[in-house]
Amino acid sequence: MSEFQPVSGKLLTKPFVFLSLLVMLAFAILGARFLFGLGAVTNLNDGYPWGIWVVIDVMIGTAFGCAGYAVALMVYVLNKGEYHPLVRSAVLAGLFGYTLGGMAVIFDLGRYWQFYTLLMPGYINLNSAMLEVALCVMAYVVVLWIEFSPAFLERLGLKDLNRKLGKLLFFIVALGVLLPTMHQSSLGTLATVFGHRLEPLWQTQLLPLLFLLSALLMGFAIVPFESLLASFGFARRSETPLLARLAGAFTILLGVYLVIRFGDIIVRGALGDAFALNTFAVAFWLENILFIAPFVVLLKKENRYNQRILFASATSLLLAGSIYRLNTYIVGFHPAVEGWSYFPSAAEIMVTVGIFSLEVVLYLIVVKKLPVLPRAEAA
Amino acid sequence: MSMNRRDFLKLGAASVAGAGVSGNAGAVMREPLSLPPEAVGMLYDSTLCIGCKACMSACKQANGLPPQPEGEDEPMWDSPVETTGDTYNVIKVYIDGDAAQKDREENGFAFMKRHCLHCVDPSCISACPVSAMIKDPQTGVVSYNADSCIGCRYCIAGCPFGIPKYQFDDPLGAIGKCSFCSHLQAKGLTPACCDVCPTGASLFGTVEDLKKEAHRRLEATPGDNYVFPRGNLSEDRPPHEGAIPLYEQHVYGEKELGGTQVMYMSAVPFEKLGLPVNVPEYGYPAITEGIQHMLYQWMVAPIAVLAGLVYVVKRNTSGKSGGEHSSGEAES
Ligand code: SF4
Ligand code: SF4
Ligand code: SF4
Repeated sequence: MSEFQPVSGKLLTKPFVFLSLLVMLAFAILGARFLFGLGAVTNLNDGYPWGIWVVIDVMIGTAFGCAGYAVALMVYVLNKGEYHPLVRSAVLAGLFGYTLGGMAVIFDLGRYWQFYTLLMPGYINLNSAMLEVALCVMAYVVVLWIEFSPAFLERLGLKDLNRKLGKLLFFIVALGVLLPTMHQSSLGTLATVFGHRLEPLWQTQLLPLLFLLSALLMGFAIVPFESLLASFGFARRSETPLLARLAGAFTILLGVYLVIRFGDIIVRGALGDAFALNTFAVAFWLENILFIAPFVVLLKKENRYNQRILFASATSLLLAGSIYRLNTYIVGFHPAVEGWSYFPSAAEIMVTVGIFSLEVVLYLIVVKKLPVLPRAEAA
Repeated sequence: MSMNRRDFLKLGAASVAGAGVSGNAGAVMREPLSLPPEAVGMLYDSTLCIGCKACMSACKQANGLPPQPEGEDEPMWDSPVETTGDTYNVIKVYIDGDAAQKDREENGFAFMKRHCLHCVDPSCISACPVSAMIKDPQTGVVSYNADSCIGCRYCIAGCPFGIPKYQFDDPLGAIGKCSFCSHLQAKGLTPACCDVCPTGASLFGTVEDLKKEAHRRLEATPGDNYVFPRGNLSEDRPPHEGAIPLYEQHVYGEKELGGTQVMYMSAVPFEKLGLPVNVPEYGYPAITEGIQHMLYQWMVAPIAVLAGLVYVVKRNTSGKSGGEHSSGEAES
């Protein structure tokens, strides 16, 4: 018997239908984008060429997708086999985060039909952090599909193929740890070229390290977040003791992150900016209080065993990492020439909402049809 | 496991070492780039510019760009206020108070010409994943190749001067940017904006010669008569004569951000003209590529980490009962 099983219950619930409608709306808007151009549906402009489709759908979406990365790191690299029941749902979260992030890139690219030049040796620019991100994300999407394939193969009863794949899986898993390490850090490197146009509270050569660590933290946070949501939603028992232990582990990582984040600001002499009376300081504290609060709360062991507190802490971390990305790429970013402003249009927001809805819809389909969540008895 | 952990630590430590000193000296940096051997450039002298915008229409004509009327009422005027995907060059004006006198900071005004500066170490080139921004190895002209561009717009976000623009209203939009009339230069002609400039405010030449010319102006005594070359320094065009103004004692672009092949002179502070001042003397790509090269040069670090990971993962997944391994479940 597998340690995973599908969740019982019918698929066409009211929330499912509602979310599907949101997805359809997003696709209608995207139709207009392809017919009339990016300017027709977004508030993107030459001062703020990157909006929420890049920062939320791609940067934050893939950081949410780091669940698979974080859990694989725990289980296969640090050899903490006890977390194995979490692997499949974590890889699934990764699969969705990354596949949809990759899809969102296509919507956002101004010349999407020339996407293939990223794969042509004659064109690629090896100095470009963007190239590194693009290639690594593409490769990682493939890796995630292979990592997740046992769930399909089990369902299809293709045991032979499954076993053959199993022999190679160690290599795939290793790649699945390397690739996110590379591109999640490069997503931070991208902002280093902004130089003085990124506020000192965010501009540092440590950006790659901070983006990597915060992506890992978000990946870890997704696990209790998703698991507790599933247990509330499907009225099934959750893996609380396991989640609590995981929370203990990522609290340490969170401490490391905070030391580096604040140490760097102090060393660079930018701490004064945090106490200025301006939007940037507010954005900075909003971001960091959401990092610090779960750290303080989760230091206490009994809090990690409290489902509500654990859920709130995970949510806080996810928000913190998201705001960190928004601050780095939109709030703290100054266009080279004054006079530009950006706030996403309603259509732009609905596309982002639609993409996240699609993620939930697909999640519901998959966990109800495929053996993904840990067996209820085993939990 | 130990090997893998060490590799991870190394990766982290390397970033930390680089970042601790991220201000300037000692940061993880690649070598700054130097001026190409036959670098051509432009000297824009704001004090000579009379704001006639002849260069703007010449630029549109030379590059086959449509006019950008302001509002619906008067579509006969081409009046862009900034460079756009269809406007590679724009004359702007700095105004203070009652704008009584030209080239004065207080209660004065001054003109500014905005287009690509053809950086020595261009951020747009470093940013572009598919080499759609190219710097000519001889002349240093930075041009754009729409045939490889994927429209990621990193060049727009990355350019410290806010130059590349995207045609947001076109479903098949491309990036628009001054490419120094490379098609005219290829025929031995002068870039259109310099060619038509009546006062020599936009002056074309080799970077070397232009720098000399700029410093000659700075050394001259304000008020003295001076013969300003026009159009193309290497040609013998009739000059424009006038008095030396009260220059800011600096040629913008000689050092800023690693140097630019288009340089500026002005009688009002350069920041009033919208140029970034107090910037480092290296281009930001030196920082970004410093990080990239440290982590990815010859792919040594990634391959080492992958080897470590493969070793550790293999050890951690084999030799255990099948159930431990995600593919093994099917067997049990
Ligand atoms: S000014 Fe901007 S677009 Fe022009 S070369 Fe420099 S970085 Fe590139
Ligand atoms: S928009 Fe085009 S030219 Fe600019 S960085 Fe992206 S691919 Fe390169
Ligand atoms: S060099 Fe040519 S493309 Fe560039 S601003 Fe002048 S006329 Fe326009």
